[in-house]
Amino acid sequence: MNAREHTLADYARSAVTLPGAGVPWLARARRSALERFVASGYPDTHDEEWKYTSVAAIEKQAFRAASHRDGDLAAAASLVDQLALGPGAGHLLVFVDGRHCPSLSVPGRLPAGAHMTSIGEEFETAPESLEAYFADDDQETIFAALNTVFMADGAYLHLARGVVVEQPVHLLFIATQDGAAGAIISPRNLIVAEEGAQATVIEHYVGTDGAPYLTNALTRISAAANASLTHYKLQQEGAQAFHVAGIHARQAQGSRLSSHSTTLGAVLTRNDISTAFTAPGCEATLDGLYLVGGRQHVDNHTRIDHGAPHGTSHEFYRGVLDGRSRAVFNGKVLVHPGAQKTNAHQANHNLLLSRDAEIDSKPQLEIYADDVKCTHGATIGQLDDNQLFYLRARGVSETMARSLLVHAFAHDVVERIRVAALRSRLEQILFSRLPQGERIRALA
Amino acid sequence: MLEIRNLQASVDGKPILRGIDLSVKAGEVHAIMGPNGSGKSTLAQVLAGRDTFAVTGGTVFYQGVDILPMAPEERAREGIFLAFQYPVEIPGVSNVYLLKAALNNIRQHRGQAELDAMEFLALIKQKMKQMEMNEDLLYRAVNEGFSGGEKKRNEILQMAVLEPKLAILDETDSGLDIDALQIVAKGINALRSPQRAMILVTHYQRLLDYVVPDFVHVLAQGKIVRSGGKELALELEERGYGWLEGAEAAARPAENA
Repeated sequence: MNAREHTLADYARSAVTLPGAGVPWLARARRSALERFVASGYPDTHDEEWKYTSVAAIEKQAFRAASHRDGDLAAAASLVDQLALGPGAGHLLVFVDGRHCPSLSVPGRLPAGAHMTSIGEEFETAPESLEAYFADDDQETIFAALNTVFMADGAYLHLARGVVVEQPVHLLFIATQDGAAGAIISPRNLIVAEEGAQATVIEHYVGTDGAPYLTNALTRISAAANASLTHYKLQQEGAQAFHVAGIHARQAQGSRLSSHSTTLGAVLTRNDISTAFTAPGCEATLDGLYLVGGRQHVDNHTRIDHGAPHGTSHEFYRGVLDGRSRAVFNGKVLVHPGAQKTNAHQANHNLLLSRDAEIDSKPQLEIYADDVKCTHGATIGQLDDNQLFYLRARGVSETMARSLLVHAFAHDVVERIRVAALRSRLEQILFSRLPQGERIRALA
Repeated sequence: MLEIRNLQASVDGKPILRGIDLSVKAGEVHAIMGPNGSGKSTLAQVLAGRDTFAVTGGTVFYQGVDILPMAPEERAREGIFLAFQYPVEIPGVSNVYLLKAALNNIRQHRGQAELDAMEFLALIKQKMKQMEMNEDLLYRAVNEGFSGGEKKRNEILQMAVLEPKLAILDETDSGLDIDALQIVAKGINALRSPQRAMILVTHYQRLLDYVVPDFVHVLAQGKIVRSGGKELALELEERGYGWLEGAEAAARPAENA
C-alpha cells in the first residue's frame, strides 16, 4: 500500500470519529485537503522547499491517525506537574495524545471577552464562526493539508476587541507511550485576536522516548488591527518522534506578532513559521533556537510576506549542533510591490560543535519594492580558539570553557523570552544539557 | 622558579623561538624587550600553554616541574598568569562569572574553600577600586566594548584577584595613555613580592619607568641577544634595536641566575 492509499484508508477508517463530522463546511475542507494530499503525496528532496529534509522516514512509518481512546493519563498527569509553569502562572490547557484533557487542565480565570476552549468542543457547539479559518491553503505545506484531514483537537483562543490577557496561555501537548506509539497526532490551534487585543500563548510539546510517532501540528493566528500577540513554542518531543508543524499568521494594520520557537527534541523536526502583513504598519519578530545532537535533523522554514508599506520584521535564529546532527534554516522575506518603507532584518547564526554536524542556511529575499531596507546575515562557525584559550589561561577547564561559550551563544536567544517562568525553564534545560552546566549555573 | 633551556617553537613549520635560555627566581622582575617579530609574544604564549605554537625543542621547568606537557588551565592553577596583549572579548560571559570561575578553580586546586558570594564580591570590589575600575564593568561581558585601557586594567584586575606566582605581562603597556599606564603600573607594583616573579614583555621602555625591572633581556630573531640591568632598557631607548642586530650571532645569552 503506498502513502496515498494508506492515507485514504486511514481517513475512511477514522473520519466518523473526528470532531465536527456533522459540519458540512468542515467535511468539505477535510475532503479538499485530502484531495490535495492524494494529488501530490509526500514531498521529496526534488521539491525546492524540501531540498535538505527528507521525509521518507515518515512515509515509511505509515503512521495511523491517533485513536479516540485516551492515552496514559496517569503518566501524563505526573508530567503536567513537572511542566506546568507554576501555580497561578498562566492558563493551562492540556492535550494528551492530541485530545483535550479537561481533568488535567487548569484554565484559571480569563478576563471577560477572552474565550478559551478546545477546537473539538467548539466544532460541536459553535462551528459557524470558525469556517473562515479552516479552509485548506495550498500556500501551506502538504503536512498542513494532512493536519486538516485528521485534526481532532487543539486549542481555540478568541480575544474580543481590546481584551488583554495578562498571564500566558500554556498549551501543553503530551504524547504518551500508550496512546502515541505508531500514531499521527494532529493538533490544530487557532488564535484570533480582535482589534487591540493582547495575549501570550505558549505551545509546548513533550513526549516519551519509547516509540516513534508523528506530531503534525498546525496553528493559525489572526491579529486584527493593533492587536499584539506573543507566541512561544517549546518542542521537547520524544527521542524517536517526528515533529512537523506550521504556525501561520495574518496581521492587520499596526498589529504586532512576536514568535519564539525552541527545538530540542524529536529525531526529525520541520517548522514552517510564516506571517503575512495585509495592511500598513505591521511588525513581526521571529526568534528561534535549535539545540540538537546525535542524529537529529531540524529544519526551520520562515516566511514573512511584507504585503503592505511601513512593515518591520526582525528574525533572529541561532543553532547549536553536535554529533551528526543536521540543521536547515530557510528564511524567506517577500516584499511585495507597493510595500514601501519596509524594514526587514534577518540573522541566522550557527555553532557547530562537531565535525560531523551540518547546517544549510539560506536567506531568501525577494524584493519587489524600491524604497526598502532589507538586511540578512548568516554565520556558521566553531567555538573560538582565542576565547577558549583565554578562559583556560584563567584556570577554567576546557570542558567548562566550552560550555560557557555554548551557553553564551544560546543564551542570546533564551534571554529574548519575556515570560520569566518559561525563560528560567529553558535556562535550566540549557544548563542540564551542557557538560558541567551545574557549575556554570552556580556562577550566577 | 622558572628555568627555560634552549626553548624552540615554531608556527606552521616556521621557527619563531630559536633557543631561549632564561632563569627567573622568585621576587625578580624581568623585562623582555625586542623589536616586532622577535618572538616576545610567542614566548609569553608558549609559557601559558597556547597550542597554536609547536614546541620543537628545549625544556621549561617551573617550580621544578616540566610544564610543557601541561594544559593551559593546569599551568594557570599552578600559578602561572598571562596578561594578554590583546585581551579577548567574550560576548555573553560576564566579567564576574569569569572571575568567579577562575578563582574557584584555582582555590580548589590550592586546597582552599570556595569563597561565598559576599566574600567574593567584597574581594573583587576592593581590587577594582585599586584599579580605579567602574563596578559596572563587572556585569558586562568579558572585555566586550571595553576601551583599550579598560581591557588592560581588567587583565591586571584578574591578576590581582588570582594572585599568581609567576605573572607574564604581554605588552600590557601598549595602547595606554599616560594616566592609564600609571594606574596599571601601580597595580603591577602592588603585586610585587618576594614570593612572586614577573616577566614584562614590552616593546618600549616606557612601562619600565614605572615598573622597574631587576633584569632586562633583548630578544631578536627568536634568541636573547643581550641581557643586563635596568640601564639596558635606557640604552635601547636611546639607540633603538638596530645596534644589537649584528650582535645576535655572536651573543650567548648572559646568565642571570
